[in-house]
Amino acid sequence: MTGVSARNRGRRRVADAAVALLIALGTLVVLVPLFLVLWYLISSGISSIDWAFFTQLPAPVGREGGGVAHAIVGSLQLVGIASVIGIILGVGSGILVAEYPRNPIVAPVRLMSDVLVGVPAIVTGLVVYGAVVVAMGRFSALAGGIALGLIMIPYVVRATDEVLQLVPQSVREAGLALGLARWRVTLFIVLPAAVNGIATGVLLAVARVAGEAAPLLFTAFGNQFWSRGIDQPTAALPLVIYSYSIAPYPEWHRLASASSLVLVALILVTTLLTRLVFRKR
Amino acid sequence: MLDDVSVNGTPQATGAEDRAAAQPILEARKLNVSYGSNRAVRDVSLAVQPNTVTALIGPSGCGKTTFLRALNRMHDLTPAARVEGEVVFDGQDIYARGVDPVEVRRRIGMVFQKPNPFPTMSIYDNVAAGLKLAGIRKRAQLDEIVERSLSQAALWDEVKDRLRSPATGLSGGQQQRLCIARSLAVGPRLLLMDEPTSALDPQATQRIEELLGELKQHVTIVIVTHNLQQAGRVSDKTAFFLLDETVGPEDSNLIEYAETDQMFMNPGDARTEAYITGRFG
Repeated sequence: MTGVSARNRGRRRVADAAVALLIALGTLVVLVPLFLVLWYLISSGISSIDWAFFTQLPAPVGREGGGVAHAIVGSLQLVGIASVIGIILGVGSGILVAEYPRNPIVAPVRLMSDVLVGVPAIVTGLVVYGAVVVAMGRFSALAGGIALGLIMIPYVVRATDEVLQLVPQSVREAGLALGLARWRVTLFIVLPAAVNGIATGVLLAVARVAGEAAPLLFTAFGNQFWSRGIDQPTAALPLVIYSYSIAPYPEWHRLASASSLVLVALILVTTLLTRLVFRKR
Repeated sequence: MLDDVSVNGTPQATGAEDRAAAQPILEARKLNVSYGSNRAVRDVSLAVQPNTVTALIGPSGCGKTTFLRALNRMHDLTPAARVEGEVVFDGQDIYARGVDPVEVRRRIGMVFQKPNPFPTMSIYDNVAAGLKLAGIRKRAQLDEIVERSLSQAALWDEVKDRLRSPATGLSGGQQQRLCIARSLAVGPRLLLMDEPTSALDPQATQRIEELLGELKQHVTIVIVTHNLQQAGRVSDKTAFFLLDETVGPEDSNLIEYAETDQMFMNPGDARTEAYITGRFG
């Protein structure tokens, strides 16, 4: 009929402002704890971080100094093994689920990966203990990496599945209409178009497992010294944080905070670097 | 590789007005396509002469695109779609047992409604994709085919200085000509086009229409179009499809198939005349 009345317009403006305020408040509520954690880690941990912290083994109780070099290397090693397993199996299954929906194996794979997301990490650790540690006769970096890799898989499957669904069907049809076999279209046309999203999903999974301590307790086990190979027990940052923070010494509590800071920084740096590499393309 | 065109493949002259001289490159015989209980293409028989442009016209939902997609087995990808009847191409039924759909699509290319260049590839790689991914790696050979295909698609002069830049940077009309070049690069005998100009502005449309006249020296073209003027301008023969209440369950939805001039001047069916003169559709 006539234009919008002044009263209506006023009400709409108020509602608009109210919703914007609500959203801003919600964001704040989410961000505050995040920054509190960061602030706590920095304020309590930064004083213990020096060059030796990155290059030396822990000092004996009662002595100042020492570092967690063995745990940094151990964590990198564990996450490396986990990534190989998680990416190969996870991306592979994700491709199967997204690109070959008519395959009868797809429904069980999708169900299992949804179930796996809900399995507590410590249970995965127990399974690997039974399957790998007992069979090998000792704790090892390999067992720890396998445990973390198993935890990664469902996240990677989901991410790959979702991102591949976003690639327009017309791109697949264009490839097939060139007389290319289905697998070539998937591997060389569809997958490259989705690789950025898959990388993001993989990173989330890496960040998730890099901080896991529970599944490592009875797989990688921990080690006060340099690991002597992937078939030997190894230290890891989450394990160091765990054992330092339950110890009765204030000095060790500071080391736990410092280790946490390093762990968070490592994840942050990896994430940013990978983002940068994939955004460039 | 295609020398085995047997003379026996020549169909008996049916009721259709075959030009006695040329042997058809493609012939649909009693072709039916249904999605579940919905019969979208009914008993369509139609022969396409080599080095001609054949236009498929008709209102939305008349089955013309469905028919087109049956000609290079694109329906293989749609689980619900069922194809019955024969499509004889170069003397061989492409739906016969043991025929590889990948091989069929290499000889019968397709250009789609919306330009769909491969998003992660350069202009060069888009055109070379069909060859590269099929294993042809010789640089000189690729260079030559890429240039020839782009020239045939009337795009070479516009892109020759930026072959390495991403294909997504081209305008819509250029992208569509790139898609035509990409199809031509694998050397098809027949090119199916599904409303190739419906997403383009009038100028880009005109360029593609001009292109069709030149292209038919190299390939045979079957084009679906919503634009009657376009059918009139570019095609040698026109097929009119209709699927409404006037089409009984026993009838074909190919209402009329004739020389374009004849159909536009003197249509044989009252419904064709009604459509062409704009009384429905």
